[in-house]
Amino acid sequence: MGNLLSLVTFIPAVAAAILALFLRGSDEASARNAKWLALAATVLTFLVSLKLLFGFDPHAAGFQFVEERTWIAGLHYKMGVDGLSVLFVMLTTALMPLTIGACWTVESRVKEYMIAFLVLETLMLGTFAALDLVLFYLFFEAGLIPMFLIIGIWGGQNRIYAAFKFFLYTFLGSVLMLVAMIAMYVQAGTTDIPTLLAFKFSAGPLHLMGWQIAGGVQTLLWLAFFASFAVKMPMWPVHTWLPDAHVQAPTAGSVVLAAILLKMGGYGFLRFSLPMFPVASHLLGPLVFWMSAIAIVYTSLVALVQEDMKKLIAYSSVAHMGYVTMGLFAANQQGIDGAIFQMLSHGFVSGALFLCVGVVYDRMHTREISAYGGLVNRMPKYALVFMFFTMANVGLPGTSGFVGEFLTLMGIFQVNTWVAAVATTGVIFSASYALWLYRRVTLGALVKEALKSITDMDLREKVIFAPLVAMTLLLGVYPSLVTDITGPAVAALVQSYHTQVAEAAQAAAPTQLAQN
Amino acid sequence: MEQIILFAPLVGAIVGGFGWRIISEKGAQALTTGLLFLACALSWITFLTFDGTTKHIEILRFISSGSLDTFWAIRLDRLTAIMLIVVTSVSALVHLYSWGYMAHDENWTAEEPYKARFFAYLSFFTFAMLALVTSDNLVQMFFGWEGVGVASYLLIGFYYKKPSANAAAIKAFVVNRVGDFGFALGIFALFFLVDSIDFDTVFSHAPDLAKTNLTFLWTQWNAADLIGVLLFVGASGKSAQLFLHTWLPDAMEGPTPVSALIHAATMVTAGVFLVCRMSPLYEFAPDAKALVLVMGASTAFFAATVGLVQNDIKRVIAYSTCSQLGYMFAAAGSGVYGVAMFHLLTHAFFKAMLFLGAGSVITAMHHEQDMRHYGGLRKKIPFTFWMMMIGTLAITGVGIPFSAEIFGVPIGFAGFVSKDAIIESTYASGSMYGFWLLVIAAAFTSFYSWRLMFMTFYGQPKGGSSHGADAHGHDDHAHGHGHDDHGHGDHGHGHSAYDHAHESPLVMLIPLGLLAIGAVFGGMLGYNAFFGNEHAMAGFFALGEHAVPGQGAIFMGADNHVLEHAHESPAWVSLSPFVAMLLGFVVALKMYILSPDLPARLAATNRPLYEFLLNKWYFDEIYTAVFIKPAMAIGRLFWKKGDGDVIDGTINGVALGIVPWFTRLAGRAQSGYLFHYAFAMVIGIGVLMTWMTLTGGAH
Repeated sequence: MGNLLSLVTFIPAVAAAILALFLRGSDEASARNAKWLALAATVLTFLVSLKLLFGFDPHAAGFQFVEERTWIAGLHYKMGVDGLSVLFVMLTTALMPLTIGACWTVESRVKEYMIAFLVLETLMLGTFAALDLVLFYLFFEAGLIPMFLIIGIWGGQNRIYAAFKFFLYTFLGSVLMLVAMIAMYVQAGTTDIPTLLAFKFSAGPLHLMGWQIAGGVQTLLWLAFFASFAVKMPMWPVHTWLPDAHVQAPTAGSVVLAAILLKMGGYGFLRFSLPMFPVASHLLGPLVFWMSAIAIVYTSLVALVQEDMKKLIAYSSVAHMGYVTMGLFAANQQGIDGAIFQMLSHGFVSGALFLCVGVVYDRMHTREISAYGGLVNRMPKYALVFMFFTMANVGLPGTSGFVGEFLTLMGIFQVNTWVAAVATTGVIFSASYALWLYRRVTLGALVKEALKSITDMDLREKVIFAPLVAMTLLLGVYPSLVTDITGPAVAALVQSYHTQVAEAAQAAAPTQLAQN
Repeated sequence: MEQIILFAPLVGAIVGGFGWRIISEKGAQALTTGLLFLACALSWITFLTFDGTTKHIEILRFISSGSLDTFWAIRLDRLTAIMLIVVTSVSALVHLYSWGYMAHDENWTAEEPYKARFFAYLSFFTFAMLALVTSDNLVQMFFGWEGVGVASYLLIGFYYKKPSANAAAIKAFVVNRVGDFGFALGIFALFFLVDSIDFDTVFSHAPDLAKTNLTFLWTQWNAADLIGVLLFVGASGKSAQLFLHTWLPDAMEGPTPVSALIHAATMVTAGVFLVCRMSPLYEFAPDAKALVLVMGASTAFFAATVGLVQNDIKRVIAYSTCSQLGYMFAAAGSGVYGVAMFHLLTHAFFKAMLFLGAGSVITAMHHEQDMRHYGGLRKKIPFTFWMMMIGTLAITGVGIPFSAEIFGVPIGFAGFVSKDAIIESTYASGSMYGFWLLVIAAAFTSFYSWRLMFMTFYGQPKGGSSHGADAHGHDDHAHGHGHDDHGHGDHGHGHSAYDHAHESPLVMLIPLGLLAIGAVFGGMLGYNAFFGNEHAMAGFFALGEHAVPGQGAIFMGADNHVLEHAHESPAWVSLSPFVAMLLGFVVALKMYILSPDLPARLAATNRPLYEFLLNKWYFDEIYTAVFIKPAMAIGRLFWKKGDGDVIDGTINGVALGIVPWFTRLAGRAQSGYLFHYAFAMVIGIGVLMTWMTLTGGAH
C-alpha cells in the first residue's frame, strides 16, 4: 500500500465527515451512534497504523512510507515517517480510542464533540507525518482549532477565557515561525523537508543594524521556531496558558492536550531546530538548559501548593517537559533518546493522570483537592491505578517515567553538570507534590459525607486504564522497544549535528585569527 | 536457580496481591510464605555451594541508548550470596511471623480485608531487595533501590487511615529521594567518565578515575572521590545516616514485622551493601572513604544518644538500628569491607529478632508501645523474654575478651564478635575520632538495650492508674515530648493489659527461635571468613593473589593494611568495647533496678540536655523550618506573583487588551458562535498560506 500514511491520517477525518453529513438528530440514539462511530474509526486507525509500526525498518536511513503528490497551486503534499516521528504517530493512534472512551459520559452536543476529536486526530497525525513545510504548518496550526473548540464549548465555567488564552499564546507564538518558514523558502528554494534537512543554512556572523549576530541566519530562524515550539511545549516562562487550559478543558480534552498536543513542540525541535539549525542550537543550548532547569524547579514548587488536582498535574507536566527540552538540546544520544522516550511516556502517564482526575470529577463534579480524602476506603481499584500512575509520574524505575528522566539527565550531565544537578532535584520535588496529592485525595479515613456513597471504577473505566498501565510497565521494563526504533535516527542526527557544529567552529577560527 | 530465587517473591506478590479473591486470603498468605521459604532454601544452597567465581546471568535488555547498554541481569558473587541469605531468611521468617501478628488487627473492621495486601507488599519488597542485591549494573541497582523505597512507603503507610502513618510514609519516600538525588548524579558521573555503568567495567576503570579530574558544579574534583561521595549520599538516605536519618524513627508507624524486615535487617543495609559493592572505587577514593568513616561513626554516636531517652519500644530499637548502621559504615570507611558485611549479617539476625520480640511484647500488651506502661512482663511472656534477652546480649556485645587467642575464634554472641572487629579496625585505620565515638556508642548501646529490658520485663507492672508511671519515677516527667502518641487516656488500660498479657502464638515464636540461633552463633561461625583469618577471608571473598579491582567480591588495595593492623590491636583497644558494654549495663542496672527514682532526678537536673535528646537533637524541627516551610512559601510566591503577576502580567499586557474584547464578544454570543470564529480562522490561515506560497514561490 503506497498510501498507508495518508490512510492512517485521514480515516478519522473521513469518519468526521460522515458524522457531519449523514448523522442527523440530537436524540440519545444518534448520540450513541456518534460515539460508536468515532470509537470504531479511532480503533481502525490504530489497527491500520500497526502496519506502519511493524513495517518500519529502524536501520534504513531517511524517510519511509513516503508519499508525494502535487497539490493545489504548486504546493506539495508530502508525507513520510522516520525513527523520530513514527512513534509519535503511534502514540496518537493508540491514545485516541482511549480518549473517545473517556468522552462516553458527555451529554451535550455529542456529535460535534466527536467530530472535533476526529478532526483533531487527523491534524495531529498530519503534523507528525508531514514532510512539507507548508503542509506541516497547516496541520500544526489547524490543530489549535478543534482544541480551542473543545475547551471553549465543552469546558468548565471559565472556559472562554482559557480557550482564548490557549489560542492566543500558541497562535502568536506561531506567527514568527511562519515568517521563518518563508525565509527558509527564500533561502533554500524549497519547502520539502528532506531537502531542507540536507540544506546548510548559513551560520556566519550576520550584521544587522549595527548588531553582530553570532550564528547569523541560523540564529534568527532558530529563535523564530523557538518562539512557537517553546509555547507549545510549554517551556518556562511561557507556560502559564497550560494550567488554565487544563483546568477548563473537559477530561478528554486534557488527555489529548497533555498526552499528544504538547509533544508537537518537542517534535518541532527535533524535526527543525536541531537538524536544520545545529550551529544556532549549539549556541543557544545553554539558554534552553537553564529555562528547562528553572522550569523543573519552579513549576515543581508551584505544583506543591496547588489546590486544584488538574492544575497540580498541569504544573507537573511543565516540569516533565523541562526534561524533554533539556535532553533534546544536550544533543547526544542519551539526551535525545531520553527526550523522545520522556515524551512518549508522558503521553501515557499524564494522560492517565488526567483520566484519574476525570474519574472522580465525573462522580463529584469538583477538582478541589480538599473536597476529597479517604477514597481508598470505597474505591480500592481506583486507588491502585492512581497510585501506579503517581509512581510513574514520580519516575519510579520499572515504569516508563523513569527511563526518560534518567536518560535525559544522563545526557545533560555530559554537557553541563550545574544544569544536571539542578534538574536532578526534580526527583525530590516530584515525589513531594505527587505523593502529597495522592495522600490528600486517596488516603486517610473517609469522613466527608458527600463521598460516602462514591462508587469504584466501572468496567468502561477499567478498560480505558488497562492499556495505559500495560504500556507504562512494558516501556519501563523493556525500554528498548522505543530506543531500538529511535536509536539509529537519533545517532544520525547527533552525528550530523556535531559535524556541522565543528565545521562552523573551524570556519570561525581563521576569521578570529585574521582579526588578531 | 538464581532466577527462581529472584522471581519467586514477585510471583507471590502478584498472585497473592491480585488473585486473593480467587485463592482466598489464607491462600495468598500460604502462597507468599511458601514461595519465600523456597527462595530461602535455594539461597542457602547457593550460598553454601558457591565456589567464589563471579557468575553473570543475563535475563533481558534494559535501557540501551548509544554506548549505554544495560541488562536485567543477576550477578552472583560472595557479596550477593551473603545478601541472598540475609534477605530471604529474614523475609521468610517475617512472613511466617506475620501469620500470627497480623491475624487480628484492630485498625480494620471485620469486613475489611488487609492480610493479602500485607503479604503481597512484603513479597514485593523482597523481590525489589533481591533485584537490588543481584544487580550487575548500577541502573538495575537503582531499580531495586527505588523499588524497596516504594515497598517501604506502602508498608509504612499500611494503616492508611492513620494520618501519622501517611505522613511517615511520605517522609520516608521523600527523604530517600534526597539520597537518590546523590546516587543518580553518581551514576551519571560514572557513565560520563567510564562510558558504562556495568560493575565490571566500572571496577576496572577505578584506578584511572583516581587520576582523573572532573569539573562538577563550582570546582574541580578528583573523579573517584566525587563519585564516592555522591554514591555515599545515596547510601546515607537508604541507610538513615546522619542528616538523612529522620525518616527511620517515623517509619515505625508500619506494622512491626515490617520494621523487622525492612527497617532493621534488609532495606536499610542497602547503603552499606552499596559501599561494599563499590569497594574497588572507594579504595581509590581516600577522601570519600574518610567521609564514610566519619559519618558512620558520627551516626553511631548520635543515634545512640537519642536512643538513651526514648520511651516507645520500637523507637528505641529504631535508633539502635540507625546507630548500628553507623558502625557498618565506619567499618567500610576504614577499608575493611568484609567486616562491614559481617556486622550487616549478624545485625540482621539479632535486630530482626529484637523487633520481632518487641512485636511479641506489643501483641501481648494489646498494641501498647510505651515502655512506661510495661514492667514485670518476664513472668507473663517467658519465651519472648528469653529471646529478647538473647537479642540484648548479642547487640550489647557480650562475650569473653581475648578468647580468640585461645580458641581460634572469639567466644561470644554475634554482636560481640562483629562489633569488636569494627572497633579494632577503626582504631587500626588511624581514626581516633571514629574509634572513640564508636566505643562511647557501645556504652550507650548497652545502656539503652538494658534499659529496654529492665523497663519491659522487670519491676512492677505499671499503668494501672494514671499515677503508675510517676510512682516509679521514670524519666517521663518531662512533658511536651511530641512523640508520645498515647494520651493519658490510655493509661487506664495499662493494668488490665498486663493482666491479659499472654504469650504469642507459635508462628510468632518459631521465627524468634530460629533468629536466636543466628544471634548466638553467627559471630563465631563467620569470624574467620569475614575478619579473623586473612587466608580464609581471601578464599571466602575470592580475592586474588594480587589486588586487582573487580576481581573477587570485595577489593582491598595493595596498600590497605587495616586488616593486619586490626589483628595486632593493643590489648586495651580490644578490651575497650567490653568495658564500655559493662559500664552501660551497670548504669542501666543502677538506674532502672536498684534506684528507680534516679532517672527522673537526672532528667530534672539536666533538663536542657534531656530535652535535646528527647527531641532527637531537634532535626525535624530544623528541617521543617529550613526546608519544608520555605519550599511551600516559595511555591506560593512563584505561583501567585511569578505566574500570576509577572508572567501573565507581562505577556498578557499586550494580549489582555484583546482577550476581554474577544470574551465580551463571545460572552454575549452563545457557544455555538464559536464555530464561526473558528472556521473564520481556518479559512484565514488557509488564505494566508496560499498567498504566501504563491507570491514567495513564483520561480
